[in-house]
Amino acid sequence: MTFVADDPGRETSSAIGAPRPMVVRDRLGLRFWIPVAWIAIVVALAVTANLLPLPGPIETDFTALSTWPDRTHWFGTDQLGRDILSRAIFGARISLTIGLLAPALGLGIGMALGMAAGYFRGRVEVVIVAAMDAVMAFPGILVVLAVTAYVGASVPLLIILLGILTVPMFMRVARANTLVFAQHDFVLAARAMGATHWRVLSLEILPNVVIPMLIYALLVVSRIIVVEGVLSFLGLSLPAPWPTWGNMIADGQVDLATLPYIPFIPAALMFLTVLSINLIGERLRAGTDVRGSVL
Amino acid sequence: MTHYFLRKLLPLVVVLLVVAAASFLLMNLLPGDVALTLLGNEATPAAVAQVRAELGLDQPLLLRYLHWLADFMRGDLGRSYITQVPVMESILDRLPVTVELMLLSQGLALLIAVPTGVLCAYQAGSRIDQFANAVAMLLLAAPVFIIAILLMFLFALKLRWLPSTGYVPFTTDPVGNLAHLALPALAIALAEWPSLFAVLRADMIKTLQQDYIALAKAKGLSPAFILFRHALRPSSFTLVTISGLQIAATIAGALVVETIFGLPGIGRMLTGAVYNRDMMLVQGCVATISIGYVLINFGVDLIYALLDPRVRQ
Repeated sequence: MTFVADDPGRETSSAIGAPRPMVVRDRLGLRFWIPVAWIAIVVALAVTANLLPLPGPIETDFTALSTWPDRTHWFGTDQLGRDILSRAIFGARISLTIGLLAPALGLGIGMALGMAAGYFRGRVEVVIVAAMDAVMAFPGILVVLAVTAYVGASVPLLIILLGILTVPMFMRVARANTLVFAQHDFVLAARAMGATHWRVLSLEILPNVVIPMLIYALLVVSRIIVVEGVLSFLGLSLPAPWPTWGNMIADGQVDLATLPYIPFIPAALMFLTVLSINLIGERLRAGTDVRGSVL
Repeated sequence: MTHYFLRKLLPLVVVLLVVAAASFLLMNLLPGDVALTLLGNEATPAAVAQVRAELGLDQPLLLRYLHWLADFMRGDLGRSYITQVPVMESILDRLPVTVELMLLSQGLALLIAVPTGVLCAYQAGSRIDQFANAVAMLLLAAPVFIIAILLMFLFALKLRWLPSTGYVPFTTDPVGNLAHLALPALAIALAEWPSLFAVLRADMIKTLQQDYIALAKAKGLSPAFILFRHALRPSSFTLVTISGLQIAATIAGALVVETIFGLPGIGRMLTGAVYNRDMMLVQGCVATISIGYVLINFGVDLIYALLDPRVRQ
C-alpha cells in the first residue's frame, strides 16, 4: 500500500544514490500525530463526560426542540430537545468501551491459541485451526443478531460476543508470527539450556509476537467500532434513551431531509474516529511489517 | 475439474451439517424458554407444558435436531410464532429482493474495482494512484450505513434523482425496480470497493514485474491488451477469494441498507423478527443465510480452481 508514499524516511532509504543515503529518517509525521490527537480528545471527553458542563444526555429541553447548532448547543439539539454534543460524548463511551474491550478479549484468547498452534504444531494446531475455521464459516453478524434476539442486548453481552468473533483473526496473526519466531536459533538455544515450553513461550516468543499483535488489534478495534455502530443503528445495542453513535444516527435518519445535522454529526464523529485508528494502525504497521497493507 | 469438484464435495457436506447444527443449537441452548416467550410471563405451568409438548421441546436434544434437520431438508422451517405464516414461505417471498441487491452491489463493486485497480497498478505512485488510495482509506473508515445515509441525502432528498425508499418488483416495472435498488446497491458497493481495489492493485503490481510482461511489452503489444489479457487473470486470485469472503460483509450491509431504504428483503425481515423475538423466523433466516454463505464460498473455490489450474492438483 502506498498510503505512506510521501514518507521521507522510506524514499531516502530505498533510492540508491539519494542525497542522504545513510540517514534513515523515520519520523511519524502529521498523518500520524493528527489522528493520535483526535483519538486523545475523544477518549478524554468520553472519560470525563460526567464532569463536563453539559446538559445530561437524556435531559430534554422543550424550549429548544430540533435547534440547529448555535452558541448554547454547539452541535444543536435533536427532535426531543436533547443536547447532541452531550449525547455524542456519552455515545463515544459505548463505542470505545465495546471497541476496546471486545478486541482485548479476542486478543487474549486468540493469542494464546495462536501461539500454542504455532509452537506445538501437530495435532494441537490441526484442532485449533479447524475450530477457528468453523467459527469463521458463520457470518458473524448473524450470530450476534440471533443471540441478542434471545437474551436481549447489553454491553457485556456484546463485548463477549464480538470478542469471541475476533478470536479467529487474532489466532491467525499470532500463529503466523509464532511459526516464524519458533524457528529462530534463540528458541533452540533456550530449549537446549533446558527451558520449559512455558518459559520459551512466555519469555522468548511472546515479546516478539506481542507488538505485531497490538498493532493488528488497532485495526480490529476500528472494525468493532463499526460493527457496534451497525448493531446500535439496528437498535440492538444499548436500549433507548441512552445514546450510542449508531442509535443517534438511526433516530436522526427520520428527519434527514429537514434536519440533516442530527444524523450527520454522530456519523462524522464515528467516521473520524475510525479513520484515525486506521491511519495510526496503518502507519505503525508500515514501520514494523514489510508486507504492508491492512487490507 | 470433475475430480476436484467431487473431492471438495465431502467437506462441503460436513460444513453444511455443522452450520445447520449450529443454527439449531443457537436457538436451543440459549437461556430463555420459547414457550414462556410465546405465552408471556403470566402463563400457567400447564399451558407452558402443553405448548412445550406441541413444539416438541420436551424431547431429547439430539432427537429434536434430527427432526428439525429432516424437516429442514424438506423445506419445512416451521411457522412464525407471531404471524403463523410458514417460515419458508416468508423467506422465499423476500429472497429475490436480497439476492438482487447482493448481485447488483457485488457486480457494481467489481465493476468499479477492476478498472481502478488495474489502472492504479499500471500507474503505481502517480497522482491518480495516490488519489485513489486516499479515497480508499476514507471509504474504508465509512461504515455502510453512513455511506447509505449520505447517498440518500444527496441523490434522493436534495437532488431528487432517485427514490429514497420503497420497492417495485422487477417483473412489474424493470426501470422502477433498478431505480429503487440503485442507491442501496451503490452504498454496499462503495463500502466494499476499498478492499477489492487494494488486493487487485497489490497483486497486479506484482504480476507486472514478471518477465513475461516484459516480453509482451517487447513484442509491442498495447498496454491495454497486456493489462487485461495477460496480467488480469493471474492477478485476480486474491480478488476472487476476497469477494467471496466479502459476502459476509454484504450480508451485514444488506441488513442495514434494506432497513434504511425500506426494501422488503430477508435482512429487514430478520431485524424485524429479532425485535419481535420471533425465534422460528430468526432461526430460519439464520440457517438459510449461513448455508447460502457456505455455498457461495464453495462456488468461489470452484471459480478459483477454474482460474488457476494449479489449485486442482
